[in-house]
Amino acid sequence: MTDIAMPQSPRLLFLRRHLWRLPAWFAAALVLMPLAVITLSWGSDQTDIWAHLIETQLGLLLGNTFKLCLGVGLITISLGVSLAWLTSVCEFPGRRWLDWGLMLPLAIPTYVVAFVALGLFDFSGPVQSALRDLFGQDFRLPNIRSAPGVALVMSSVLYPYVYMLSRSAFLSQGRGLVDAARTLGRTPWQALWQVALPMARPAIAAGVALALMETLADFGAVAVFNYDTFTTAIYKSWFGFFNLPAAAQLASVLLLFVALALFAEQRARGGGRLYQAPKRERERFKLRGAKAWVASAYCGLVFVLAFVIPVGQLLLWLLETQLSDLDGRYWDLIIHTFALGCMAAALTVSLALAVSFGQRQLGRVQLKGTAMRIAGLGYALPGTVLAVGIMLSFAKLDAWLIAPLRSLMELPPKQILVGSLLALVLAYCVRFFTVALGPIQSSFERLKPSYQEAAQSLGAGQWRVLLRVYLPMLSPGLFSALLLVLVDVMKEMPATLLLRPFAWDTLAVRVYEMTSEGEWERAALPALTLVLLSIFPVVLMIRRSRA
Amino acid sequence: MALVNVHGKLVSAALIGGVCIGLSACGDGGGAEQPAAQQAKAPEQKPVVTVYSSRKEHLIKPLFDRYQQNTGVEVRYITDKAGPLMERLLAEGESTPADIFMTVDAGNLWQASQKGLFAPTQSEALERDVPAHLQAANNDWFGLSVRARTIVYATDRVQPSDLSSYEQLADDSWKGRLCLRTSKKVYNQSLVATMIKTLGEEAAEGIVKGWVANLATEPFSNDTKAMEAVAAGQCDATIVNTYYFGRLKKKQPDIGLALFWPNQDGRGVHVNISGAGITKYAKAPAEAQKLLEWLASSEAQGQFAELNQEYPVNPAVAPSAEVQAWGEFKADLVNVEAAGSLQAAAVKLMDRAAYR
Repeated sequence: MTDIAMPQSPRLLFLRRHLWRLPAWFAAALVLMPLAVITLSWGSDQTDIWAHLIETQLGLLLGNTFKLCLGVGLITISLGVSLAWLTSVCEFPGRRWLDWGLMLPLAIPTYVVAFVALGLFDFSGPVQSALRDLFGQDFRLPNIRSAPGVALVMSSVLYPYVYMLSRSAFLSQGRGLVDAARTLGRTPWQALWQVALPMARPAIAAGVALALMETLADFGAVAVFNYDTFTTAIYKSWFGFFNLPAAAQLASVLLLFVALALFAEQRARGGGRLYQAPKRERERFKLRGAKAWVASAYCGLVFVLAFVIPVGQLLLWLLETQLSDLDGRYWDLIIHTFALGCMAAALTVSLALAVSFGQRQLGRVQLKGTAMRIAGLGYALPGTVLAVGIMLSFAKLDAWLIAPLRSLMELPPKQILVGSLLALVLAYCVRFFTVALGPIQSSFERLKPSYQEAAQSLGAGQWRVLLRVYLPMLSPGLFSALLLVLVDVMKEMPATLLLRPFAWDTLAVRVYEMTSEGEWERAALPALTLVLLSIFPVVLMIRRSRA
Repeated sequence: MALVNVHGKLVSAALIGGVCIGLSACGDGGGAEQPAAQQAKAPEQKPVVTVYSSRKEHLIKPLFDRYQQNTGVEVRYITDKAGPLMERLLAEGESTPADIFMTVDAGNLWQASQKGLFAPTQSEALERDVPAHLQAANNDWFGLSVRARTIVYATDRVQPSDLSSYEQLADDSWKGRLCLRTSKKVYNQSLVATMIKTLGEEAAEGIVKGWVANLATEPFSNDTKAMEAVAAGQCDATIVNTYYFGRLKKKQPDIGLALFWPNQDGRGVHVNISGAGITKYAKAPAEAQKLLEWLASSEAQGQFAELNQEYPVNPAVAPSAEVQAWGEFKADLVNVEAAGSLQAAAVKLMDRAAYR
C-alpha cells in the first residue's frame, strides 16, 4: 500500500514492470524442461523405425487422427455452444438443473467412458444382443470401434470444456448488445450468430483447443477401442520396439503440429478487441410451447447419454461386485486423490493468474508472447511421454544438484525430487497449465484496460489493482480454472502412476490396475468414486457463478 | 457489486489457502527425506524391501502382507507399466530406492536385463525352484508364474477335432471366423516372437497374414472382449491367456466357451511368465534375495499363481483345482528369452501383415 504515495523513479518503474515477465518465464521453463529432454531425442538416429512406420502405418494413423479430431471438433462445438446458449440465455422447463447437470460429464474420465461405451454398444454388448434378438441374428449397428463411434464417445465427455467456457462468456456478456441488435431488427438467431457468438469466440476457441489437445494426447480411450492414432505410433515405438528416443521424436512432431495449430488460431483471431460491459441483471428469453419442450428434450437427451447411462452402467457393475473391494484403504485413495487435486489446482491457477496479470502489466491486451506459447504446450503431449520427460528432467536435477551435495556431506546416494510429492505436483502444473490459462486468459481479454487505468489514476498500486479490481471481475474465470484443473488432476493417470510417492495411490491408479486386467466391474468402484468426487467441485462452481 | 466483492475474497482466500497447502505439502515431500536419513544411521530399524512392479497391486499385495507378517520385513512398492518403470530405474541410476523389479512377460524382463537394470542373483533355492527355461541364462531374472496363451472356441459351433494348431487358424476354412486381440499387446508379440524363433521369419509371416485374412472383425483391445465376441457369435475362436478364460468362466459359468491346447504333436502350447530380478543398485540386495526365494518357494507359489489363476513355476507345487480342471498340456520349452530378443522383429512382422 505504501506505493500509493511513493514517487517512483522511471528506472524503478521500468524494473517493476519487467519483473512481470518472470512468472511467464518461470512457467515456460517448467514446461521447457521436459520438452527439452524430449527434443534432445533427435540426437540419436532412428531412421530405421521411421522408415518402418512410414512404410506400414503412418498414412493410416494420420488419416485416423485427422478424422477423429475433425469429429471431436465438430461435435464438441455444436453440442457445447448450443447447450450453453440455451441454458444461459433462454428459459425452459428443467433449465435450472440442466444448467449444472450438463457440466457433469466432465467428471467422467475419457478412459472410463470408453470402456463403458464399448461394453454397452459392441457386438457382444447388451444393446446389440437385444437388437439381434428383436430383429434377427443378421442385425448390425454401425461399428462403434470406428472414427465416428470413437469421436462421439470422446466428445460426450469433452464437450463440457466448450460448454463451460462459452456458458460463462454468454453469462458475462452484457444483454445490452443483444438487445441493441434486436432493436435494430435482428431475430434472436441473428443476434446469436452476429453478436453473441463472435464475442464469445475466445472462450469457444479455448474450449475446443482443450478438447482437441486432449484428443491428440489421448491414448487410454483410443486403446480401448483399438482405434489407432498418432499416439499409437508413439506407444508402439516405446513399448513394442523399446525405443524411447524414437517415441520422443514422434511426440515432438505431434507437439510441433499443435504449436502451429495454436499459432494459426491466434493469428486468425486477429487483433480485434472485444470488450464488454460488466455483468448486469438479465432477463432470459422465455421459450414457449413446442420450442420449450424441444429445448428441454435436447438438453435432457445429452445429459442422459453423456452422464446417466455411463454412471448407471458403473452402478450396475458396482452392484455385481457387491462392494468386495471396499476396505479401509479406500479412504486413503480418496484423500490422496483430493489432496493432490487441490494442491495442483492452487499452484497451477496461481501461476496462470500471475502470468496473465504480468502480461497485462506489460501492456499486452491479447495475451501473447513466446513464453506463453511454450507454457501452453504441456497439455498436448501424450501423458506418458510428458510424464517420462518430467521424470527424466527431475532425475537430472537430482543427479546434478542433489547428488554432489549429498556426496559432499558423505551421505549415501538417494534421490530427493523423483518420487517426492513436489515433483508430482509440479508435473501436474506442467501438464495442466493450459487448462488454467484458458479461462483466465479469456476472462482477461474481455476486460477493458480502462478499469486498471481508472484505478491507477485514483492512486491504486499494482497489488491493489490485482486484488480489488481484477480478482473480483475475474472470479468466474478463476473458478472455472480451479475446477477444471482440480477435476483434470484427479482423473490424471500416467504422471500419477510414474511419479507418485510410495503408498500415494489414487483412484485413477486403482482404475488403471483394474481396467488393464480387463476387470471392468471391479474398476466401477474407483471410477464411480472419482466421478462423485469430481461432481462436488462442479456443483460448487456453478452455484457460485449463479449467485 | 457487494456480491462480486465477496466472490473476489473467496477466490483470493481459496488461492492463498491452496498455496499454503501446496507449500506445506512440498515441505512434506522434502521432509520425508529426514527420517530416511536417520534410518540409515540407526541399524535397529526394521528392514524394508522396495519393489517396482508392473504386476498389479491386487495380485501381489496379499503375498507381501504375508511376508511381512512372517518376517517383519516391510515390502514397499509402486505399480506402473513396465516401460515407464524401466525408464525410471534407468534415470535414477545408483540413487534408486528399488531393490526388485517385477514385471509380466519375458520380453519385458529381457529388455530390463539388456538395459543393465539387474544384478545377477546366485541362489541355490531359485535354481532349484525355477526351471531353466523360465529364467535368464545370466541369472538376472526368474519366472514366478506361468501363463499359457492358447485357443478358446465356441462349443456350439466348433468341434475340438476342427482345431489342431496356431498355424491351422490361418487356413481358409477359418475365413471370417477368427477374432484376435490387438498386436500392440506384448502377449501377442511374444507369441509371434517364439514362432519366428522356431519356424523362421518367413513361415511366421505367412501364418500371421493368414490370421489377418481370417479375421471376422477388427482386433480387440483385450482378451476378455475377444472371448465375449466368440460367445456372442461374432466369430468362432480366438487366442487368449488362460487366466482371462478362468475369470470369464468364474463370472459366467455356463458361457459356451472351452479351451483347446494346440500344437500338442509339435512344439507345444506357447507359455509366458511373470517374473522378477534384483536391481543393480539395490539398497537391500540380501533382503531382496530372501523375498524372491520365498516367492518361488513352495510356501508362496500356490498363492502367487492362484491369485491370478496362473500356473506355478515351481514344479513341486500343483496349480489350483480350477486351473487343473482345464486339463494337462505339453508346453513349448523354447526359452522365454526369445520373446525379448525377437520382439522388435515380431512387431515389424505384424505391422507388415497389417495386423493391428
